[in-house]
Amino acid sequence: MDLSSINPVLLIASLMVAATPILLAAIGELVVEKAGVLNLGVEGMMITGAICGFAIAVETGSPWLGFGGAAIGGAALSLLFVLLTQVALANQVASGLALTLFGLGLSALLGQRYVGIKPPPTPRLDIPLLGDLPVVGPILFGHDLILYLGIALIAAVWAALKYSRAGLILRAVGESHDAAHALGYKVVRIRILAILFGGACAGLGGAYISLVRVPQWTEGMTAGVGWIALALVVFASWKPWRVLLGAYLFGGITVLQLNLQAAGVAIPVEYLAMSPYLITILVLVILSKDKSRAPASLGKIFHASH
Amino acid sequence: MIVLERRPQPSRNWALATPLVAVLATMVFGGLLFAVLGKNPVEAIRTIFWDPLFGEFAFYYRPQLLVKGAPLVLIAIGLSLGFKAGVWNIGAEGQYIMGALAGAGVGLAFYPLDAWYVFPLMVIGGALGGWAWAMIPAILKVRFGTNEILVSLMLVYVAEQLLASMSLGLMRNPEGHGFPGSRNLNDYAAATSWINQNAGLHWGVAAALIAVIFAYVLLNRHMLGFHIRLTGEAPRAARFAGVNPARLILFCLGISGALAGLAGLFEVAGPAGQVSIDFNIGYGFTAIIVAFLGRLHPLGILLAGGLMALTYIGGEIAQSQLGLPAAAIQVFQGMLLFFLLALDLLTHFRIRLRKREVA
Amino acid sequence: MKLTALFASAAMVLGLATGAVAQDKTKIGFVYVGPVGDGGWTYEHDQARQAVVAEFGDKVETVFVESVPEGPDSERVMTQMALNGADLIFTTSFGYMDSTINVAKKFPNVKFEHATGYKTAPNVSVYSARFYEGRAVQGHIAGRMTKSNIVGYIGSYPIPEVIRGINSAYIHAKKVNPDVQFKIVWAYTWFDPAKEADAAKVLIEQGADVILQHTDSTAPQAAAKAAGNVITFGQASDMSEYAPSPRVSSIIDNWAPYYIARTQAVMDGTWESVNTWDGIGAGMVGIGEISDAVPAEIKAEALALKDSIAAGDYHPFTGPIRKQDGSAWLAEGEVADDGTLAGMNFYVEGIEGDIPN
Repeated sequence: MDLSSINPVLLIASLMVAATPILLAAIGELVVEKAGVLNLGVEGMMITGAICGFAIAVETGSPWLGFGGAAIGGAALSLLFVLLTQVALANQVASGLALTLFGLGLSALLGQRYVGIKPPPTPRLDIPLLGDLPVVGPILFGHDLILYLGIALIAAVWAALKYSRAGLILRAVGESHDAAHALGYKVVRIRILAILFGGACAGLGGAYISLVRVPQWTEGMTAGVGWIALALVVFASWKPWRVLLGAYLFGGITVLQLNLQAAGVAIPVEYLAMSPYLITILVLVILSKDKSRAPASLGKIFHASH
Repeated sequence: MIVLERRPQPSRNWALATPLVAVLATMVFGGLLFAVLGKNPVEAIRTIFWDPLFGEFAFYYRPQLLVKGAPLVLIAIGLSLGFKAGVWNIGAEGQYIMGALAGAGVGLAFYPLDAWYVFPLMVIGGALGGWAWAMIPAILKVRFGTNEILVSLMLVYVAEQLLASMSLGLMRNPEGHGFPGSRNLNDYAAATSWINQNAGLHWGVAAALIAVIFAYVLLNRHMLGFHIRLTGEAPRAARFAGVNPARLILFCLGISGALAGLAGLFEVAGPAGQVSIDFNIGYGFTAIIVAFLGRLHPLGILLAGGLMALTYIGGEIAQSQLGLPAAAIQVFQGMLLFFLLALDLLTHFRIRLRKREVA
Repeated sequence: MKLTALFASAAMVLGLATGAVAQDKTKIGFVYVGPVGDGGWTYEHDQARQAVVAEFGDKVETVFVESVPEGPDSERVMTQMALNGADLIFTTSFGYMDSTINVAKKFPNVKFEHATGYKTAPNVSVYSARFYEGRAVQGHIAGRMTKSNIVGYIGSYPIPEVIRGINSAYIHAKKVNPDVQFKIVWAYTWFDPAKEADAAKVLIEQGADVILQHTDSTAPQAAAKAAGNVITFGQASDMSEYAPSPRVSSIIDNWAPYYIARTQAVMDGTWESVNTWDGIGAGMVGIGEISDAVPAEIKAEALALKDSIAAGDYHPFTGPIRKQDGSAWLAEGEVADDGTLAGMNFYVEGIEGDIPN
């Protein structure tokens, strides 16, 4: 056993990368759930974003266009969810599961020509002096730009929910769609926008895996990250900054357990791999004492009957 | 302007017609997809829907429909009771795994004892395993008001890790040359769930049919069934009617967990034969879809389970006979679900054209 | 009138012709555990299928079903292929073992080939590759190339196949570099590119400058490239898109020669049940081109090692070798028997850490 071989600075820097896909998908889903909609199709939207982003980045040679395409791809898939749940008023749980099934199949079809190709590299933030600083350099200034975009999104969602009128309306719709409707807000329109935003974020998260974190395209490569993102939203009790904290915790446990293994610490891997889920359950229990946290209309179907 | 008008009563005609319309729509759009992929759409659709039932080798595929459909129906029946009452267990996959682990554990513990009581004890073990796993979200919900959707989902991942741990450790076949996976229970006559393998009959098939009848009677003839429906449709009225919500939650999650556990046990002791790392293949999640496709009605679920099984088996035939990629089949199944879910609208709503009111 | 008659007779000729061909055709089924687009295990099996088609052309017809779960689904897919007239069926995952035996009982005239298993029958052969031979060559290069003396190893699950590879690589790295140390990380997945990337990064951060992987994605290659000064080896496929550096060589699953030979045997009527465990010599394990990032001297040594293994002059597990706990395993000059190798569940002396259980 040699714990000294674990470098805490590098550990933090890599957990930030490991956390980014979950973080992006979770902040999108947070907005969706704040609007009172439960979209379980995150995994399907992520993998669709992963292939859309990859394909466009390869074809155009630009990772930025790739990320743009990923956001559009994820949003396009979420449009199906919109049609089902907002127009056809179908059950959200079943629709979300169907969306994941469909997204996994669709991405595999789209990706057939892209196996075994290297994507163009995504540029890193490169600030001459700051990046070379000890400790803070690798942690704060050594990453690719999408990672910072993820953190910026957290801040933006937090500010929008807290201070803007749009955020207020969104929360009102999620708390009581009937009351919001009575006040004259377009409940369905607001929810559609939220779902599209969630789809775009999930798409970005997927593309971060296929373009930065791995980077390559293989079928089913998101390997369940979308489900973790769903758990994360609850773990964060629908608060943006806690999504950041939670994502780093999840990413941290993954990276830490690999670090401990490499350092020769005999740990039961299966049990450590369970721990994020068990911790989430624990957090859920603690939070559930305070019933005001979850959006009250979450998962309920809204139909305006004049 | 098109508006939706809620029907005072769900339309019986549409409830029966929408599944057919949905299947037809899927055939059209799926056919288009197959055509884009360069396959003959008519042949592909025929291979998926017709060949397993009436093709040359239907004698083999028809029993296979039972094998594939039974766990789906068994789990979906349990889930539907909860869904009707507004109790959302989406962690059946985990309960399925725990049932299989508990049941197989009992069987392996008795190996190689040849006694009549081994299999019944395994059945009890399987049901208890699933039940206990479902009791975690149930008790947390009752005691602390914790959201059962997320707890049950989280427990799926915990169960998957336990499964990996068991197949590599405790339950590993001592004669398996160090490979992961337990002994094959099919080689252990006292522990097998097969009744007649060629006919596709195992105790899980029987249990699925019994569960359908049981659920039908419960929902239509029994006070508890009335309470379940009432709680789902009008929770406040249910409280006035003297329904104890805590007891209802414990019942709904418990029964769905036990049925999912049973499905896992029958599968591991029969068709699958052994505990292995990749033992669970998504029946618990697919069953949620089956429950909704069946409109949460026991007979509907029976038909929906059959339909899903048909697309799986037909899809495999289409892959090997026509060279369709597995992903195309997945997309096709996704489409079928979309249409079934979307068209359900017509059951509950009337679509009307109305002139825009001048404000 | 004439024209229609012509068409009719043409159609008849064609019909007869296809009928005749169909009878001659050998039909071969392939059951895959992953998608053909996985870029690793299943991808290589499908490449071999295509090689069979290229070799025999119209004389064979191949069918495959991908992403078939182990258990009852695989049994159904095999039965379905057999019912539809397959003469030979390759089942390409360890977990298909019992299903293959079951189906083979029902179709005594159909030949089955099961990859990586140990149960045979009159119409079931098993075949597997001695990947540990390739690991020996990798270990040699790794031991010679490492400057930090730390070699990182990404394992999938702790099963004999993977443990054998670790031991073989370690023995040969140690031989040329007594100071070498192996850091082993278990990913507990066959396939999760993101996790593989994390594992590679962690190993690099802890000082490894050589990464060996027993998982199939190129994620570790990309992580090594980003880190710089780290070398890797392709796994399952050549991964030449990362050559010449970080990927300096590779172990390639080359099933094509075996698949072609077995197909030929079925055509000739000479097929019989065998237990094949082939290595570099028979071409089942390919060593990808050693790139220029490796100095010529080391490259020559590695190739010499490869040749002596291929020729059968040298066995990678030749004594003296002790087990991790210090107990004797192989005496001087003694060669490991296949039974022990097949079920290998211990590390050799010098490797630190325990095999998780």
